[in-house]
Amino acid sequence: MDPDAESPLKILIADDSNSDRLLLKAIVQNQGHTPLLAADGLEAIALFQQDKPDIILLDALMPNMDGFDTARFVKANSGDDFIPIIFLTSLNEADSLAQCLEAGGDDFLTKPYNSVILKAKINAFSRMLRMHITLQAQRDQIAENNMRLINEQEVAKRTFDKIAHEGALNLDNIRYQMSPLAVFNGDVLLAALRPNGNICVLLGDFTGHGLAAAIGAMPLSQTFYSMVAKGFTVKDVIYELNLKLKEILPVGVFCCATMIDLDFSAKSLEIWCGGMPDNYFYHADSGEITAMPSQHVALGILSAGQFNSKTHVQMMHNDDRFFMWSDGIIEAEDAAGDMYGEQRLLAVFDRNNNASTLFDDVNDSVAKFMGDTEHSDDISIAEITMTDKFDTSDLEVRTSADIATVAMDWCFSYEIRPTTIRASDPMPILQKILMDIPGLRPRSGELFTVLSELYANALEHGVLKLDSKMKKTPQGFTDFYMQRSLRMEQLNEGFVRFDLDYRGDDQGGKLLMRVVDSGEGFDYTNKINNNSDENNYSGRGLHLIHSICKSVEYVGDGNQVEVVFDWHR
Amino acid sequence: MDQIVDETALAELRSIMGDDFQLLIDTFINDSEQRIVVLQQAVNENNAELMRTAAHSFKGSSLNISAVKLISFCKDLEDRGRESRLDGAQDVLDNVKLAYDEVKNYFLA
Repeated sequence: MDPDAESPLKILIADDSNSDRLLLKAIVQNQGHTPLLAADGLEAIALFQQDKPDIILLDALMPNMDGFDTARFVKANSGDDFIPIIFLTSLNEADSLAQCLEAGGDDFLTKPYNSVILKAKINAFSRMLRMHITLQAQRDQIAENNMRLINEQEVAKRTFDKIAHEGALNLDNIRYQMSPLAVFNGDVLLAALRPNGNICVLLGDFTGHGLAAAIGAMPLSQTFYSMVAKGFTVKDVIYELNLKLKEILPVGVFCCATMIDLDFSAKSLEIWCGGMPDNYFYHADSGEITAMPSQHVALGILSAGQFNSKTHVQMMHNDDRFFMWSDGIIEAEDAAGDMYGEQRLLAVFDRNNNASTLFDDVNDSVAKFMGDTEHSDDISIAEITMTDKFDTSDLEVRTSADIATVAMDWCFSYEIRPTTIRASDPMPILQKILMDIPGLRPRSGELFTVLSELYANALEHGVLKLDSKMKKTPQGFTDFYMQRSLRMEQLNEGFVRFDLDYRGDDQGGKLLMRVVDSGEGFDYTNKINNNSDENNYSGRGLHLIHSICKSVEYVGDGNQVEVVFDWHR
Repeated sequence: MDQIVDETALAELRSIMGDDFQLLIDTFINDSEQRIVVLQQAVNENNAELMRTAAHSFKGSSLNISAVKLISFCKDLEDRGRESRLDGAQDVLDNVKLAYDEVKNYFLA
């Protein structure tokens, strides 16, 4: 086997000479290819359309349709496919060779046919064909990848827009300029109100471009909105953001950021800036500008121990303005490749004599400088003005509830046995499940008081068989806990099982919790009657449970208790 | 005297064609008889273009069969056809016929 002769090819032989055709057929067959035979141009075209040959051997002079017209037809009708045409010629026909090339011929084979030469030509074209097919496949792959990339960016953009919604960016004292696709340049602008009415604004600039730059924007936004809404300070938010980004971002990817907190009551500005270009503070009374340079390393680089979340606080009177931008504005290039730079930016502020047009002046200046370059919408800039406190009650408040779709009807059984009982507390696992129930989170304190109490009873009296009467005196109380830890160590049989049954709707829900233990139970009629005794230590638990739950019921031998917890949203 | 066929080339042809060698020769003879008829018709009718194309095809087949003498007479006829020099074409055609008969006899012997 010849290593060059890979897969067999379909080779169309068009020649009106019967003996020449016979000879070519033999040569082609000897080389392992499949010959298709045509005696004139019309037959050749029929076979070309029907059998899609890989290579065509074409005689120039043929009746009905000659080789030149045949070649032209093939080349015009093979679309993206490359079908090499080798013209069959006699020696000394230089004038007709040009005609063959003009008609689309790729090569010549002269008579007398030489099998070695034909083999070399077929192999050469075979390699070209394989390369052509590979190129086409790669071209299609690239086109497909590009489509997929665009689709993914659209999906990512939609997801991002949900998470990093406008927040408080539509407030009257905030003006900003961001490309709709800024997140794919790594730029993020977020604004939110703290419960005390302060406004927090964060401008972030991730390293890199595309999805890689956008990916960190999601946790950044989520953490920002969630923490600011809960009232965390700039220090807390920045500390947490750094921790989170450090944890998730790969080495070399980080986020330059400026975060400010505008206190309308105290007339102050608190700022943390890491890795961003100088921010500008415009003093309304003097018209002066103070540059506020970055004091810190960007987010996502330093470990929690090294990170510095120290902020700077300064007075900010009404109509004072704060300008923040990513390095896109400083590094904006004009058609000649020159950068916009800080000098031009400062000049805009110098020239300006009407503070209300500052924001537009800066944008105009940069736009004019860049001209019609393709990156002219990559500029991220925000202006925040100190004003009197205003009504923000109409701001859209989003909660996680409008995103989450949750299970509304389920039951769950969790049984723990000696090894687990000795080693761990079942409460965190139960908490994880129960806290996903809508509307239950605000009552988690009560709920876990009940569950803990029921578990303690099941474990101590049921599984460990400790007598509740022991706890009646202070000395007995101590003994009780000594016995408890002793019996825990020796525990090798028994169980406690939690059966949780939840049904809910958007109005509220009902949770039935049954706690079953392996113990012998007790005379619950008697016990509940004794509960009126206020000094009965062991009874206090049940009292509490009664006050929280809708119903409490002992079942069977007293080793099962069912409580119902219900709520309205 | 010129050789009728190139023996070396013919050996090569035999190895390419294998069992089909005789079929190739039969086909060549069959084609050639028809071409000679066409060539005679072209000369009779003074049809230069017909003479050119028929001689061209005959030349091509003769090349592949390595019928050396036949090739040169076919080429002469083809050139005359292209240049519309029909004077003396009958003489050349007679040489073609002669050379062809030699080839035929060579193979049928």
